[in-house]
Amino acid sequence: MASDSDGDEDFVSYGTPLEPLEEDEPRKKPVPLHEQTVKDEKGRFQRFHGAFTGGFSAGYYNTVGSKEGWAPATFVSSRQQKAEKQLARPEDFMDDEDLGEHGIAPAQITTSQEFSSSRRDEAREKARAVNAQAALIPGDTLLEELIAPARSSIGVELLRKMGWKEGQGVGPRVKRKARRQQTGVGARVYSSTMPPAGSEDSEDDDDDDDFAPEDVTFAPKDVTPVDFSPRSGVRGLGYRGLDPGMALLGRAAPEHIDLFKPQSETRSRLFGAAQRGSRRGGGVAGQAFGVGALEDEDEDVYHKDSMSRYDTELGGEEPGDGLYGWTAPQQYTKRRDKSKDASYLGKILEGFTLTQRAGEEKTIFPPPTLPRDYRPVHRFHLTSVSVSRLSGVSPALAEALRTSRGHMVKEDPQQGGRHQLDSGQRRALLGEDVLQGPSSVMELLKPEDRDRLLNLRNSSNATDSRHATSSGGSTAGSTAGTMAGSMAENAARSSAVSLAVTSAVAMARSMAGSMAGSSSVSSALSGAASSSGLHQQQQEALASWRGVQSSTQSFKPFEKNPSKQARYELYLDHLRQGDRDAVEQSLDSGMTEWERSREREEFVRASILYRPSSSSLTARFTSAKHDEDDGDTVEVSRDQEGDVDDKQAAVKMKMFGKLTRETFEWHPDKLLCKRFNVPDPFPGSGLVGMPKVKRDKFSVFNFLTVTESRETTAPPKPPETGKRSRWDISDQKKKIKEEEEGDASLPACSSSEQQTADGTKSVDQKSSDKKSNGDEEEEEDEEESRPPMDLFKAIFASSSDEKSSSSEGESEEEEKTKEDEGKVEPQALNLFNISSSVTSSSTSVTVSTCANQQTVKAPVSSRTSSQEEFGPKLPPPSAALGECSTSRPPPSEERPDNKRSREKKHKNKKQHKHKKDKKKKKHKKHKHKAKQQKKSKTEASDSSEDEEDGHVSTEELLKRLKSVQSRETW
Amino acid sequence: MARAADGNYLLSCGSDKSLKLWSVSRGTLLKTYSGHGYEVLDADGSYDNGQICSCSSDKTVILWDVATGQVARKLRGHAGKVNCVQFNEEGTVILSGSIDGTVRCWDTRSRRFEAIQVLDEATDGVSSLKVAQHELLTGSVDGRVRRYDLRMGQLHVDFISSPITCVCFSQDGQCTLSSSLDSAVRLLDKSTGEMLGEYTGHKMKGYKLDCCLSSKDTHVLSCSEDGHVYCWDLVEGSLTLKLPVGKAVVQSLSFHPTETCLLTAMEGRVQVWGAEPEETDEVVLAT
Repeated sequence: MASDSDGDEDFVSYGTPLEPLEEDEPRKKPVPLHEQTVKDEKGRFQRFHGAFTGGFSAGYYNTVGSKEGWAPATFVSSRQQKAEKQLARPEDFMDDEDLGEHGIAPAQITTSQEFSSSRRDEAREKARAVNAQAALIPGDTLLEELIAPARSSIGVELLRKMGWKEGQGVGPRVKRKARRQQTGVGARVYSSTMPPAGSEDSEDDDDDDDFAPEDVTFAPKDVTPVDFSPRSGVRGLGYRGLDPGMALLGRAAPEHIDLFKPQSETRSRLFGAAQRGSRRGGGVAGQAFGVGALEDEDEDVYHKDSMSRYDTELGGEEPGDGLYGWTAPQQYTKRRDKSKDASYLGKILEGFTLTQRAGEEKTIFPPPTLPRDYRPVHRFHLTSVSVSRLSGVSPALAEALRTSRGHMVKEDPQQGGRHQLDSGQRRALLGEDVLQGPSSVMELLKPEDRDRLLNLRNSSNATDSRHATSSGGSTAGSTAGTMAGSMAENAARSSAVSLAVTSAVAMARSMAGSMAGSSSVSSALSGAASSSGLHQQQQEALASWRGVQSSTQSFKPFEKNPSKQARYELYLDHLRQGDRDAVEQSLDSGMTEWERSREREEFVRASILYRPSSSSLTARFTSAKHDEDDGDTVEVSRDQEGDVDDKQAAVKMKMFGKLTRETFEWHPDKLLCKRFNVPDPFPGSGLVGMPKVKRDKFSVFNFLTVTESRETTAPPKPPETGKRSRWDISDQKKKIKEEEEGDASLPACSSSEQQTADGTKSVDQKSSDKKSNGDEEEEEDEEESRPPMDLFKAIFASSSDEKSSSSEGESEEEEKTKEDEGKVEPQALNLFNISSSVTSSSTSVTVSTCANQQTVKAPVSSRTSSQEEFGPKLPPPSAALGECSTSRPPPSEERPDNKRSREKKHKNKKQHKHKKDKKKKKHKKHKHKAKQQKKSKTEASDSSEDEEDGHVSTEELLKRLKSVQSRETW
Repeated sequence: MARAADGNYLLSCGSDKSLKLWSVSRGTLLKTYSGHGYEVLDADGSYDNGQICSCSSDKTVILWDVATGQVARKLRGHAGKVNCVQFNEEGTVILSGSIDGTVRCWDTRSRRFEAIQVLDEATDGVSSLKVAQHELLTGSVDGRVRRYDLRMGQLHVDFISSPITCVCFSQDGQCTLSSSLDSAVRLLDKSTGEMLGEYTGHKMKGYKLDCCLSSKDTHVLSCSEDGHVYCWDLVEGSLTLKLPVGKAVVQSLSFHPTETCLLTAMEGRVQVWGAEPEETDEVVLAT
């Protein structure tokens, strides 16, 4: 577009002019696209890189480096010459292009939003206009507009998306017309406030509520936020400079100065409302100006202020300009409650109304008047506590007392902790369901056996109560005591157990009441009551602790009280030595009777609770080691590839091939395939190597399958142990016994293979315990078809297993009673006799010592001798006493129970062999019976006394027990 | 310890941390490659004789440039001694088996320092490995011969029960030969795993000794701890030759790929045995 030279000044030319065409020149080839280049203003080639790298190249090949590479800031180490702190601005890293017009940070004046073609934010402009009115120079927002952001904010965009339209307020649409600010317009003469700015004309008209239909909703009003800009000038409050717009309109100064709504009218005018009552056109008005020459009125030349132009109360005037965000609620509630408000005399604050309901009166009671001599110190009365604390009473006795008297025991609800509750009570407390299964061992017994046991128990209870009351009487040392004892004896003969106990205790208590003030009586009472329960516990503790190495004791129940713990340990030491009155010796003689009795109970209870595991648990775990035959379980589960044993066998037979070959899926790496020039066998699978499932070497399932197969091969066994312990809380001792029984019954109910073990072997066994154990295991392995695994299983099998199998075992046992009973009998009798001797042993020290001697000598030999010697007839009491130590676990050995069960097993087997021997058969029968009795006895915890077969007479027992009681309670 | 890289050259790995390249025909030492930190256990040459890889007790595999004798790459990653190393047929991958039970595949083309793939299926140390075309044969101390078939994406495991000392492919690629510590060399059918022949008579109890097949697959050869090389007829399984090498243990042997030429290694000596004229070249090494 060549222009003429003379017209150069007149026209503006854009772009680069084309080269003038010359006629004779050959036509140029068009430059192909790839040869077209772009050069920057300095003539450098600009290469286009792509959108993400910023378009054109920058820096040194798009890096921050130079030809020499990027040099980091060097470290300046000298102390004097500190490295200057560099404050790098973004502009430091920009070149001219970045700062240019199209760069990322153009340093040039650009078109503001006002002139750009983007959408205008009218609300913002309005607000800005409002602010402009408040600015120092009215109407001057030009500078602000220059630096206005180019776009509307994201919030505005979001609002628009949500259906907001410009000019509306933000918020949920309202049903009723929410504005009532026009109410006071007519009333106030002085108010010149305009109708609300931006308000629709239709809304202006309807002042009453009824007009608005119910289903029409309105958008909330667009409320301009209240401007809180502080006054910064030196001019006075409410001063406005000359408003050019107003001046041109020629308006007069407003009559009313509203302190709280400055610029209200200018704002309303800005909001587009039409001016009402504009009087003149033209002229400049304002406080700073006088009246022009053309003006008629000159009253405002000298500004006169009057108080009528000011508000005298806060909020008295309705907001007239739409700034009703704060005060809106007050109009709604005001009208209705006027009648109520009238009844209230005081002044009601604006916005508050009287409540409909009268609040209930709070009656305030005066504090009680204190007696004159009151001193705010509380003292405990020791005697009352000691009387009320009859915590040591055994639960059954306490129950009996409660039922008889109702108030005898001030029962503290827990009775010394959860250990006093039985499982049923705890279950009730916890809200659990009743466990399925036999609730007691008694249910497993035959009905006739149960009856027999109940009879025995009743009789023993009678003797028990008799001894308890008689001992109580003796300690009291009074004639009344003996009388009570005799009365109790009478009651006991009638064999009503609870009646006997209650009557005895009631008598004792009446005595205590007569001898008021003497604490010894109460302690004697508690001793008498608790001694029966304690006694049995003491035996138990003694049985479980005797012979235990001191190292095994680790738990310290009384750790918080060192002296008490020391006493407890002393007590345990005594127990270990087999001392019968360990409790008495270990107690502190300096304590009161009450404390001693309490501590006695605690110690006994703790010793039973925390009895060494060696006696009850280790017996379960010893044999498992021997049962494990070899380690091929690990071998099998080594790999996912099948059984190594099979392969081994195949290799031995040189049968390579299918047996030894295994093929897995294996995923080579993609790159490996590429390098080997092989197509990927599994295209698309990201897996590398062998699939994970197959590589799971030590899976739990490997072990599961192994053990499963084993368990299925093992014949179902009657395990005896765990189940009853679950329902039976009280006695671990019985559990042990059951365990023994189970062990004994294992070989008994097994197949009838015989064993050539004899007495000499068992003697050997005692001398070298562990070794012989191993030998036996081997022998059993050879001779029995049953794998030793089932012992292991008997311990660890699940309870459901045990349940069925144990009952099965019971019945089996029952079936075999014809043969077996006789065999088991003498042993159980021994057991029984022990416990009786324990209760009575403190009287006859010589007997116990001789028993101990026998223990040291040879328990097994003595037993065998007893079998041979005593034969069919039952051993006399003295012999029983002697034997008690043999049948009790020998204390010094590591696994007494285990060994004992072993021995028993042997014996049973042996007896199996000599089945035809009538004598032994009979012998055994008694044994078995007695064992069952023993079982039931231990279950009945309230009786400290053993049931009698008639060999130890009740009178003798009573005599012994009396002496024991007298010793132990004092 | 020797291995014929091509047939014309042999590599000897010494416990003096060096690797030596010999000319078989002339019996001269061509080059010594030193750079390992411990005794060199195995080495292999690429098909074009341009590169050598070697492995060592220092847990590294080194790729050498033959001409310059420089270490081209030093590959670390094994957790233990690296027992065996081999190129694949194109020299693009080095495979190394280690006492840590893994076989690692190293890429010689890229500069990655990690292995392409780690084959950790062996439950004990990998004592020997061979590569043929798309197959990888490994023998492990856990008594299994594993054959990785890259083309099929399968792993075949043959259970031999006694620790494997050496595995070989037959020349026709149909059989695998494996010697194990129960003094037996077994020839297994590659596809089914059936045993085609078992060769006994030699003594292999404690050392990791080599075995190989002759160039025509006619004979099976194995080292022995009694100082002989045993040679059986492959088909009949009868002992055809008992070659006395020396008094000590024959540690390694290698058969010429085409000719009837055998290399044996014993106590710092590598001997070359020819077939017809019964002449033995002896290369004395100072290891």
